Amino acid sequence: MISCKNEKQESTETTPVATEQASPEASENQGQASVTDKVSDANALQVAQSLPDFSTLVTAIEAAGLENSVVNAGPLTIFAPTNEAFGKLPEGTVETLVKPENKEKLAFILKNHVAPANYPDTQLEKDAKKGRKLYMASGEYLEIVKKEDGIYVGGTKILKTVKVSNGWIHVIGDVIVPKDK
Amino acid sequence: MKSILKIMTLLFSASVLLSSCGNNNGKSSGNNSALNSSNAEKVYVAPGEYDEFYAFMSGGYSGNLTVYGLPSGRMFKEIPVFSQFPTTGYGYSEETKPMLNTSFGMVPWDDSHHPDISQTNGVLDGRWVFINGNNTPRIARISLKTFETEEIIEVPNSAGNHSSSFITENTEYVVAGTRFSVPVPQADLPINEYKGKFKGALSFISVDKETGRMGIKFQILMPGFNYDLSHPGRDKSHGWFFFTTYNTEEANSLLEVNASQNDKDFIAAINWKKIEEYVNNGGGTKMPANYAHNVYDEHTHTATSTMEKEVLTVNPADVPGAIYFLPTPKSPHGCDVTPTGEYIIGNGKLSADLTVHSFSKMLDAIENKKFDGDAYGIPILKYEDILAGVVKSGGLGPLHTEFDDKGNAYTTFFISSEVVKWKIGTWEVIDRKPTYYSVGHLMIPGGNSRKPFGKYVVAMNKITKDRYLPTGPELEHSAQLYDISGEKMELIYDFPTHGEPHYAAGIPADLIKGNSQKIYRLDENKHPYAITSPDQAKVTRNGNEVHISMAMIRSHFTPDNIEGVKVGDKVYFHITNHEQDFDVPHGFAMIGANNSELLIMPGQTKTLTWEPKQVGVWPFYCTDFCSALHQEMQGYVRVSPANSDIELSWSLDGE
Repeated sequence: MISCKNEKQESTETTPVATEQASPEASENQGQASVTDKVSDANALQVAQSLPDFSTLVTAIEAAGLENSVVNAGPLTIFAPTNEAFGKLPEGTVETLVKPENKEKLAFILKNHVAPANYPDTQLEKDAKKGRKLYMASGEYLEIVKKEDGIYVGGTKILKTVKVSNGWIHVIGDVIVPKDK
Repeated sequence: MKSILKIMTLLFSASVLLSSCGNNNGKSSGNNSALNSSNAEKVYVAPGEYDEFYAFMSGGYSGNLTVYGLPSGRMFKEIPVFSQFPTTGYGYSEETKPMLNTSFGMVPWDDSHHPDISQTNGVLDGRWVFINGNNTPRIARISLKTFETEEIIEVPNSAGNHSSSFITENTEYVVAGTRFSVPVPQADLPINEYKGKFKGALSFISVDKETGRMGIKFQILMPGFNYDLSHPGRDKSHGWFFFTTYNTEEANSLLEVNASQNDKDFIAAINWKKIEEYVNNGGGTKMPANYAHNVYDEHTHTATSTMEKEVLTVNPADVPGAIYFLPTPKSPHGCDVTPTGEYIIGNGKLSADLTVHSFSKMLDAIENKKFDGDAYGIPILKYEDILAGVVKSGGLGPLHTEFDDKGNAYTTFFISSEVVKWKIGTWEVIDRKPTYYSVGHLMIPGGNSRKPFGKYVVAMNKITKDRYLPTGPELEHSAQLYDISGEKMELIYDFPTHGEPHYAAGIPADLIKGNSQKIYRLDENKHPYAITSPDQAKVTRNGNEVHISMAMIRSHFTPDNIEGVKVGDKVYFHITNHEQDFDVPHGFAMIGANNSELLIMPGQTKTLTWEPKQVGVWPFYCTDFCSALHQEMQGYVRVSPANSDIELSWSLDGE
């Protein structure tokens, strides 16, 4: 029998709605990231852009040229490090990564935070219980662990979950540094 | 003898035309100018840019309506109207089957003809587009917000619903006239008793100002002629409606000869405001009838069909002074009214000339009783007293006329394959350009309104021959786009059209593109089997009916494993798309289903039935490449023997 848990109705309701931008004919249409409307629920990038806590992540996404990927039909599950999480990295790390010559490396790190799949927190909990790993867009696998105080992915705890139109954002307090990279 | 003479005259004038206009008919001269670079620029819509106009083209025998962009000629959508459409499940899904219900049962096809866009004060308002089904008489209303068919009303006492679906200038009425007269009410009669016994019903269907909801206000039971095409009066002639007729001979066989005996047929001029007043004061006769009225509700995502049992009929003799006949030569086809409402043009399809009647002169002739006898009690006005002019076109087989905003008219000629531009008032021919080939209708955006947008004319041709790469014996019809912004028309583009466009309605894109619906709100979904959260998913049994309330989101169905279904069951898949993102539909297909797929828009619920006939485990899947994990979007139904005692169960990921 089915028993899908309630999918965090409150967070869905607070999902900001995308705001109308310049029409495609007026702007330089650079891909799906430039397509907006007033009625669709906001996608992952639009949600991240609307929250001050994620300005470093958004800057990094733009520097890596991944804007169009994170608005894609997906579905995508993004483990989104806060500004504070980026701040925990050794000094100068972010500044170095966003330089054009490091675009590929930055993209790899970001893709290691994105699973091309639909993983609400209920699903993650279940995956942890069953010992499933998460296949990430980087090609790596991340471990998912259920502890007493919450769900941990790649060793860091999920602080909050937001439903977005093309999947899920799980807020994390550490940047997940890929193994051996 | 008479008809042989007529044919010889036709042949003679055709040969004169061919010899005098030889250059125009040659393909090469027309194409040289079309190939110059400025013409290419005129139709080029750069990647990602939008067209200036929408064009809604009737699908003819496809039964549907296609949406094109002008000037690019790109097709954006086919809107299912009168025909089942397996692409979306229209007419197959439980919700949309009632849309195709008629007094004859389900009629899954029609011949769609003349789209017309709603107006306010004689100007396009872009709310709805109406179109007629010609075969089993019906009128449809399509929302220009959702681009879906919202309503279809059957027209009783009608047959060959051709002089339709033209609207009055405040969308008070959408008008539907019968091409084939029939016994009214239908009766078991010898066919040769046609004359005098058959009637031609002209139906005035009111349109609710807010909802667009249609209802037959009254039907005028006219003499048994063929009512071919019609147009509303506008501006000064608002309140009148004009219908061309042919077969005023009232022949019932071999019409190609017998309906061409009279030198003149009629344009019927109907003062509908007068008749409206008459019925509002209790006039008219209620007649038993049986016709379907089908309405689609955007919130339940479901159509209902109601059989209406009565129609209000009006006998012309009971409303003196409301209807007159305008003698018009040679079996006129198109009946077109200039933007000012002053001129009514009869396109005599067996003639070389166009007959232009004056509305003012018509009123004067009525006032001064300048009659030339009557037909079945309806006064015939004196031809000479109402005639404004004759356009000596030099073409053959005029069919339709549209207008620009500079006082010019454009007429198609089927036999001589050309569009002729002429001046309203002086009736002189200004320009003529060949079409490829045998043009039927033409369209200028806003052409049936006070305010045409005279930048382009689209010619819709019946014959394609060598215009495109050959595709076997059957070819899509060919359209040509002309730039009409200058004194001379210029052929600038050629594009295939789907089905057979009998007419089209064009509108500036700015008037509707901003209103186009993006998604349906899941929280506004009132479908009885909708589920708004996957944990509401369930499977229930009622006898041999199994109802599955299923959710879909990137990239899975909930549930995706179902057991306990048996051979002999009737399974209803009620599927709700939980996406709330523009342009993320999901599809649904079940192996062996004897109907179609479903294409379900975000927030929408649709239902497909499936009657499993074989024991086994049968997959279903999403048909629309919705996401990176689209190929994973699948599920199974276990079908057990009819006598199995396996209980219904369902799950997703083992739960």
